[in-house]
Amino acid sequence: MNKPLRRIAIFCGLLVLTLLLRDNWLQYVKADSLKDDPNNRRVTIARYATPRGDIIVDGNPITGSTETSKTGLNDLKYKRTYKNGPMWAPVTGYASQAFGATQLESIEDGILTGNDDRLFFRKTLDMITGKEQQGGNVVTTLNGAAQKAAYDGLKKQGGKGAVVALEPSTGKILALASYPSYDPSSFAGNTNDDAAAWKKLQKKYNPDDPMLNRALRETYPPGSTFKVVTAAAALEYGKYTSADQRTESPLPWTMPGTTTQLKNEGNIPCENATMREALRVSCNTVFGKIGSDLGNDKMLAEAEKFGFGSEQFVPVRSSASVFSDDMNPSQTALSSIGQYNTAATPLQMAMVASAVANDGKLMKPYMVDSLESSNVDTVATTEPEELSRPLSSKNAQILQDMMETVVDKGTGTRAKIDGVTVGGKTGTAQHGVENSKNPYAWFISYAKLSDGSSPVAVAVVIEDESANRDDISGGGLAAPIAKNVMEAVIDSKK
Amino acid sequence: MSSTTNSPTHHTSTIGAIGAPSRRNTELALLVFAVVIPVFAYANVGLALDGQVPSGLLSYGLGLGLLAGVAHLAVRKFAPYADPLLLPLATLLNGLGLVCIWRLDQSKLLQSLPNFVTAAPRQLLYTALGIALFVVVLIFLKDHRVLQRYTYISMFCALVLLILPLVPGLGANIYGAKIWIRIPGLGSLQPGEFAKIVLAVFFAGYLMVKRDALALASRRFMGLYLPRGRDLGPILVVWAISILILVFETDLGTSLLFFGMFVIMLYVATERTSWIVFGLLMSAAGAVGVASFEPHIQTRVQAWLDPMREYQLSRSGANDGILHSEQAMQALWAFGSGGTLGTGWGQGHSDLIRFAANSDFILATFGEELGLAGVMAILLIYGLIVERGVRTALAARDPFGKLLAIGLSGAFALQVFVVAGGVMGLIPLTGMTMPFLAYGGSSVLANWALIGILIRISDTARRPAPTPAGNPDAEMTQVVRPS
Repeated sequence: MNKPLRRIAIFCGLLVLTLLLRDNWLQYVKADSLKDDPNNRRVTIARYATPRGDIIVDGNPITGSTETSKTGLNDLKYKRTYKNGPMWAPVTGYASQAFGATQLESIEDGILTGNDDRLFFRKTLDMITGKEQQGGNVVTTLNGAAQKAAYDGLKKQGGKGAVVALEPSTGKILALASYPSYDPSSFAGNTNDDAAAWKKLQKKYNPDDPMLNRALRETYPPGSTFKVVTAAAALEYGKYTSADQRTESPLPWTMPGTTTQLKNEGNIPCENATMREALRVSCNTVFGKIGSDLGNDKMLAEAEKFGFGSEQFVPVRSSASVFSDDMNPSQTALSSIGQYNTAATPLQMAMVASAVANDGKLMKPYMVDSLESSNVDTVATTEPEELSRPLSSKNAQILQDMMETVVDKGTGTRAKIDGVTVGGKTGTAQHGVENSKNPYAWFISYAKLSDGSSPVAVAVVIEDESANRDDISGGGLAAPIAKNVMEAVIDSKK
Repeated sequence: MSSTTNSPTHHTSTIGAIGAPSRRNTELALLVFAVVIPVFAYANVGLALDGQVPSGLLSYGLGLGLLAGVAHLAVRKFAPYADPLLLPLATLLNGLGLVCIWRLDQSKLLQSLPNFVTAAPRQLLYTALGIALFVVVLIFLKDHRVLQRYTYISMFCALVLLILPLVPGLGANIYGAKIWIRIPGLGSLQPGEFAKIVLAVFFAGYLMVKRDALALASRRFMGLYLPRGRDLGPILVVWAISILILVFETDLGTSLLFFGMFVIMLYVATERTSWIVFGLLMSAAGAVGVASFEPHIQTRVQAWLDPMREYQLSRSGANDGILHSEQAMQALWAFGSGGTLGTGWGQGHSDLIRFAANSDFILATFGEELGLAGVMAILLIYGLIVERGVRTALAARDPFGKLLAIGLSGAFALQVFVVAGGVMGLIPLTGMTMPFLAYGGSSVLANWALIGILIRISDTARRPAPTPAGNPDAEMTQVVRPS
């Protein structure tokens, strides 16, 4: 009987071996994916086990943590709080016990909870000294005054919209506002009240979709503000070499391959207008023809240099802006004046203004300046990084000159600031089937100080379905908000 | 196995343990470790949970030490040549299980569940009873061959035990599986755990008598020895009983365990590989057949194939008439979150498994808090127990002892595989518990009795004196085997 006994012994050994292999698979190979599975309650427990680190603007925290009442079964010790939540929501995202975390709160979760490997030394020290683990802080690049100006402007306006302000020389995000917004404090816990507040904010129950981060995640047809990109392409590809050279622009102009005439808004002097004049009064015919003359490929190449077609990670992801790559000349003409399929995020249009203001250099936008440990040691710093060079310095100056004319005596006069040079471009983008919906009002601009440096570039978009169509124009609705944001930045530098 | 010799005085080969030292002092030294390690673990849990050594440390340590000491003295007195590893290994597992159960008793989440009881004191009581049973087995079972007399009584007992959970008023359906009986005032009992031992006795007695008929009267077909139709009877009966267990008690584990044990013992008794092939085919056919109409089994299989979906169904409160459970996924998360070294005693969140965290799913707590290292150690301890059992079977001088020892160790190995494999998502979950670790009186009592019987067989096998008055009927007939 011993031969089968030995075989059974081997069989039992194989059973144990199988279990050992399975255990290695679970606890070694799959361990991290199981451990970090967002459905795994432990992730949430760890996130709220200690007071979360803070998100900091201008040296002051815009977030906080409060101990939740330890009644019954609540296994989460701390709850997130937000100061001026609706204003900062597009920057912070949210961290909710019940509904998880997004955006900055999620991306920098490791630092904020203190679990990040970069805090290893601190964590070990806390462990040895028996101190509670403490989260690190995320120091942002934002400017509190500019953010307030942006949010208040949008709120006063009352329509849906977004504002993005950048520092052209570095790419630092100074303001990132979206309206309507939400207060992430309202659903930070896991009580029934939190669940009710959350439900009310969902798109299903709230058509305004307040939780959409319009500054980064919504793309709008950029309308006439895109003419800045078209003008840049004309200069870069040598179609025209100065702002005051007469363009070959017949009026009326029939788009190539069609019998459709491209219309201008009103009766404006666009026939063979110079690019300066065409930008000042926003001629569709001039820039539409430049686009179709240059062709789809060159326009696309220039748009991509400005950042179109790629998502930005600031580190929160922004949607990619669109300039199509398979258009015929008439579609290219329409796209070159920011219509047809062209669509841009507010961040994208702020990048356009910022690249022009920064003498043609586009800096990578970012909003996390540095990460600190709980005792304010810096563990990581974001260095400004050049993303691309859409314009030569000389062409950038020509384009600045043109944009400054727009504000000085064109459609953007309402953005003028005393003692500061402002360059800008208005836009009124049509959308909807047969342009049935209310247009979007755009304004992109930058400010230039007397020493030639440019502290801020800004993009404002307002979508207002309740406003009268004629009332909406970039110059009227969006430019004053841009002006306030720029002033706030300039004042805070003084 | 190195000392295998063919002794001319016995018909079966044995391990020549004649003159071997008794190894009782080795056992005592190992037992010290088996007591000290859980005591440290207990202190560790207390320090992690409340920052202080638990107040019950001394009494717990003394209690476990005392129980182990009594067991050791009983072995020293009544089975001096027994295998020295079995008792320390079982004590270590039992002690660690107690610590883990106490640790889960401290969980606020588990305390809030409707059926919560402080399980650790009860488990300590069960352990005491289990060791008492172990001592009783050693005292009253002077020779395991006595059990041979009770072959058919065992069969009857086993059937009664298996049917008990189906008796109306007595049986209890706990989360779908009907393998418990409820005794008023005493709590619930899992008769299947005891049936395991009693069935092994029956199979060993029956096969010892019938093995030659089963082995030799066969036709050769395609390289396999096919048994005669009428010899197929027993395996068909056991198979049918397993299927009935599966259908009426909806417990895949118990069913698999009994059938697997029978196939193993049949193979050892007859040395015919064809039985294994038949066994595998029949169990596959049975399992698939029953699974095709039994919703409880189907749910278990689905939870095994896609635990995440089951988790979400359970979370969303899917109302499709089936009880969805998130336990399978929660157990996997517990294992994954433990990683290589674990979180340390008391610092995991395996209480998220909720119901049965300290019984069926107790291995997940070890996985989370002791990590891969701890679980591998525990699996290896189980492996060692099985190995000692198989060794006992090899060393046993009588076929009944061999069959009984291999049946018990095989069943033990299958049970560990079915439970651990189920909790780790290797196979569908079943309603059985990890021997010694898990909370549950039946399991602790039955497994201590099982260890007691193995120790008795190993003592007989290693005893230097010639075996007392063998068993004549078993070995009278010389069989000429084709080999």
